[in-house]
Amino acid sequence: MKEKSVLKKITGSREALLAVILILLFAIVTVISPSFLTPKSIMDMLKNNAVTMVMSLGMLCVMLVGGIDISIMSTLALSGMAIGMLLKYNHISNTFVAFVIALAIGAACGLVVGLVISRADVPPIIATMGFMYVYRAMGYLISNGGEWASAAALGSFKDFATTKILGMSCVIWVIIICYVLFFFFMKWTRTGRKIYAVGSNANAAEVSGINVKNIKLMVYVIMGILSGLGGALQVSVYASAMPDMQQGGEMDVIAACVIGGVSMSGGRGTVLGALLGSLILATIAKALPLVGFDALWQNTIKGVLILVVVVANVVLQRVADRSALKGREM
Amino acid sequence: MNKKLVSAVLCGTMIVGAACPVFAGVADGKKIALVGKSAGNAFFEIAAASYKETVEAEGGTVDVVYPEAATADAQIKVLDNLISQDYDAICISANDVNALQAKLEEAMDAGIKVSSFDSAPNADSRQVFVNQAGTQAVGQALMDAVLDISGGEGQWAILSATSQAANQNAWIDAMKSIMESDEKYSKLELVEVAYGDDEPQKSTDQTAALLQNYPDLKVICAPTTVGIAAAAKYLQDNESACKLTGLGLPSEMIEYTGADDAHSCPYFYLWDMQGLGKLSAYATIALANDEITGALDETFTAGDLGDYTITEADDGGTEIVLGLPLEFNSENIEEMAKLY
Repeated sequence: MKEKSVLKKITGSREALLAVILILLFAIVTVISPSFLTPKSIMDMLKNNAVTMVMSLGMLCVMLVGGIDISIMSTLALSGMAIGMLLKYNHISNTFVAFVIALAIGAACGLVVGLVISRADVPPIIATMGFMYVYRAMGYLISNGGEWASAAALGSFKDFATTKILGMSCVIWVIIICYVLFFFFMKWTRTGRKIYAVGSNANAAEVSGINVKNIKLMVYVIMGILSGLGGALQVSVYASAMPDMQQGGEMDVIAACVIGGVSMSGGRGTVLGALLGSLILATIAKALPLVGFDALWQNTIKGVLILVVVVANVVLQRVADRSALKGREM
Repeated sequence: MNKKLVSAVLCGTMIVGAACPVFAGVADGKKIALVGKSAGNAFFEIAAASYKETVEAEGGTVDVVYPEAATADAQIKVLDNLISQDYDAICISANDVNALQAKLEEAMDAGIKVSSFDSAPNADSRQVFVNQAGTQAVGQALMDAVLDISGGEGQWAILSATSQAANQNAWIDAMKSIMESDEKYSKLELVEVAYGDDEPQKSTDQTAALLQNYPDLKVICAPTTVGIAAAAKYLQDNESACKLTGLGLPSEMIEYTGADDAHSCPYFYLWDMQGLGKLSAYATIALANDEITGALDETFTAGDLGDYTITEADDGGTEIVLGLPLEFNSENIEEMAKLY
């Protein structure tokens, strides 16, 4: 009993630390550029980082079972491009239908990835690297070799991102709903806890009657669905579908999780951590041009900031672990 | 046909004067091959269609040939075939600067006239290259747009792609030097050059930061297609007073282009691919008629486009520069969006 409460305290303090870092970042940026901390600016930031924020939830699940998925932005491009082309050539016009199609394509992509990883035992980084090329190429193929579906071709679909409910863009509501859903799913459902069990110790989980293969399959399907959602959001927010969209963006999603304290070797990480990690990343992206660093330095500073946050997190984790051990000896 | 012929001959004799005798505008019986880089390039196809139309209107024939792949090797195979089929002229968009030299020299030795547009082979491999708007012309057009849209004074900013993009930097440098060279731009203040890396997300962040840091910003100039579309969307969604111009694709910009307050971009520019195809067609015909040889300072008449002079190209060869990029505004964007 005692051990469990200590563990809880550690994970608690980890997120508390991230929250402190986030508040510090907010404070520093606001001092340098006061226009940062306005409701409009914050909502701009959330809307502009919706894709990374939503997909971080999927990456959390994948990383919890010790996996990784670098094919996600190709899935995003394929599903986004698919609805872009369907809308452009007037095969569909309903926004809801477009979202459903994007999610379905994402789910199908994730299912194939998951089957290859869980059934054929291919290392996740290799398998998803392959699918990264395959899905991206398919995105180009369905775009007739690089065509764009632009604002005029998207009809009412692009209004989704500009429509506001209770003063907030629908896109921000999607982020909130996803995070609330996943918070409950990961914490209080049996399936959610099984993901943690598989990630902590796959053998023990197997012995205790959990179908490890199916859990692994499931996390990639979840990731796929969220990538499909990301595709629909991307097309709606920027009112254009291009086959090369978000190329390289998977690193931002992985970085958001790593900043949020999700372990690369599985078993450790929370929804709150993913939220704070992606918010920190979003703040950095929003703040760098505001603060006015030279363009060539912006990526360098982004990288350094990510490293600083992660190192600070690891060091404090170690301190916390040590004091926890000390407490046990006594 | 006759009218064109008469006017062309008149123009030709007036301009060229004592130089070689001219029968410009006549392509009767001329057999011309146009070689593309590879199939499926929408830009090139617009120019190619215009090229073919122009030559056929003048009585010649054009075969548009694409290599199997976008490589120099594949183009050499195509050229091999063409050389053996007694074409009068070949116009090529080269997949490699140097690799085609031997083949194209062989063609010229066989009496086939070689010209190029879109992408030039080296100076020894061609007689003349037809260039789209030069760097200076792009800079000038954009600078004048900024001056016009801002009302002659105030803050403006540039939203570029990456800080290492050579063509972007060349245009930006041209704009800066034009701004310094003339008194009429003296009330304009370039506050920042921001880089959106040609990603919608980053371009949006940069646009938002420009507006937040410079509340009085009047114009953003984005000489990149992804950047201009992202900025246009952000400005229009936020009903910003800041306006936009730059280089963009009409089909991407149609929602945002208009002279009224509801639109974020009054007008913008892009290459005139139809004009490029047409001018190239006339240049090829002039070569085939021995009206020009591709030497420096020769002049010829390109139908209703007017008279052109052959100038020196950056690579040491010669070129014909089309002129200003094409302006897209609320009047022509609907029509142009179908093309680009």
